Amino acid sequence: MEAPVNVAVPVLEARQLSKHFGALAVTNNVNFSLALGARHALIGPNGAGKTTFINLLSGTLRPSAGSVFLAGEDVTRCSEAQRVKRGLGRTFQINQLYVGLTVLENVLIAVAERAGIAYRLFRPIWWYRKHVDEAYAHLEQLGIAEDALKPVRELSYGRQRLVEIALALALRPAVLLLDEPAAGVPKGESSIILDVIGALPRDVAVLIIEHDMDIVFRFAQCVTVMVQGVVFAEGIPREISADPRVRSVYLGEQPHG
Amino acid sequence: MNPPPVEVLAARGRLHIFELAPWALAVAVYFLADSYLTVGAQILVTILFALSLDVIVGYAGIVTLGHAAFFGLGAYTAGILAVRGFGEPITGLLLAGLVSGAGGLISGAVILRTRGLTLVMLTLTVMLMLNEVANRAYWLTAGADGLFGFQIWPLFGKFRFDIYGRTAYWYCLAVLFLGWWFVRMLVYSPFGRSLTGIRENTRRMYAVGAPVRRRLVMAYTISAALAGIAGALLAQTTQSVAPSMINLDRSGTVLVMLILGGVGRLYGAFVGVPVFMLAEDTLAKQDPTYWLFWIGVAIVALVLFARGGILGIFDRLLAGTHAWRRL
Repeated sequence: MEAPVNVAVPVLEARQLSKHFGALAVTNNVNFSLALGARHALIGPNGAGKTTFINLLSGTLRPSAGSVFLAGEDVTRCSEAQRVKRGLGRTFQINQLYVGLTVLENVLIAVAERAGIAYRLFRPIWWYRKHVDEAYAHLEQLGIAEDALKPVRELSYGRQRLVEIALALALRPAVLLLDEPAAGVPKGESSIILDVIGALPRDVAVLIIEHDMDIVFRFAQCVTVMVQGVVFAEGIPREISADPRVRSVYLGEQPHG
Repeated sequence: MNPPPVEVLAARGRLHIFELAPWALAVAVYFLADSYLTVGAQILVTILFALSLDVIVGYAGIVTLGHAAFFGLGAYTAGILAVRGFGEPITGLLLAGLVSGAGGLISGAVILRTRGLTLVMLTLTVMLMLNEVANRAYWLTAGADGLFGFQIWPLFGKFRFDIYGRTAYWYCLAVLFLGWWFVRMLVYSPFGRSLTGIRENTRRMYAVGAPVRRRLVMAYTISAALAGIAGALLAQTTQSVAPSMINLDRSGTVLVMLILGGVGRLYGAFVGVPVFMLAEDTLAKQDPTYWLFWIGVAIVALVLFARGGILGIFDRLLAGTHAWRRL
């Protein structure tokens, strides 16, 4: 096993991870590791298998072969919920929110699960004041506290994207997988999301799928390029943007800098 | 400065004057219209049954056509106990809840692995199987004849079940009140919120680490136990149990009554059940042959034009009136 030089155990690691749908290899023998507190971007053309890879890491999909490690432990056979308990949080490319509930209640549901109080039924939820305050603090942190009592469906899409991130942060993850956090957000609002991502706690390792190269190069310390289900290139942003092979398969269409 | 969020949440769950209306009405019926006590008790029982259904349909988002299985299981438990000579009502009620809850736990653990239409079919299947057991296990259930004429001991050893149905009415009202209190507590609890979360977005629920299936089975069990208590109430107050308590007609009707009132809002059962049962009564008198047709027309109209049920209509009329919004 090749470990990155200055990190003992990666917080998240994929070893020879593969996923086949019939004869189609959507993820093919991928080795990947995420260091403590890393800022890592995953890029690649449409259909490269980025979201499938995230789904394999989070446990939404079962791999055809290979394994996933969280903090050095094999979690390949763990369910999605069990991986969450071990510190893996994620967001979705398309919002997955409780749209009929208020913003505060959305985050409160996540806090209740993390704190292990979600099976309690003899006290109203507001009796757990500490947890309500915690949920509210997450909203303040992301600058959406003023919308706390509005139903999610009344928020603009951009602000809903922030709720999406708040739900993941409420799990206090050690690893955060962000699947195109700015997807579908109008240009004007995307800078807010960028600020939020930039201000994520330093001890959280972040893997971000992103199409917007401005975000990738501003945010990431390390970039992995995926093409047709395999890791095509990996390196620091400057190397990647200078790599002629990467430019031809991916950046060629939208040259950077 | 705005009130702290905790206060706002708590204010939403505070008991509102509206919520006392059904109880005031029920007490008024006793004093003003005592010829309706028998029908009244049946309405109260059916409200409890519909309320139990609301826990899984309205809050957890599980659609079932087999809820009568648990109603019947409770009714038979109470009936069999009484036939065998143990007619203590409260114990019978609790045991009925226990047996039905166990039925919900076991069947739920098996069938809640599925979703959608498959699940609906499986709820139906479980009920049909139970109906068949009630028909065939003659030694226990007296088959198609049903159990009747058994003795229920006086309530608390004091209040006899009289032929006017006075004791029965208070008994049903008190049990419904306790059931309502419990369900109300449940829906505002973290557990209740997590059920709403499952209904609103199951995918996200997995992603926040919720053991979704276990949670659903727990809700199903609670709902089954409440339905069983409702069934036992009917068995005890009418002193009869029959296999027809476990059929599609009863399962479907209670679902229709709940939809009529409004699903997932705690008071849908309190509105839908009396409206349906009184309409049934009135229409059957006016048009003995085709009354069901008119019920059908009313439901089609409601589904087309008022999707939130009767309470949904009030929603639109009173939109923005703050106190109304959470009912």
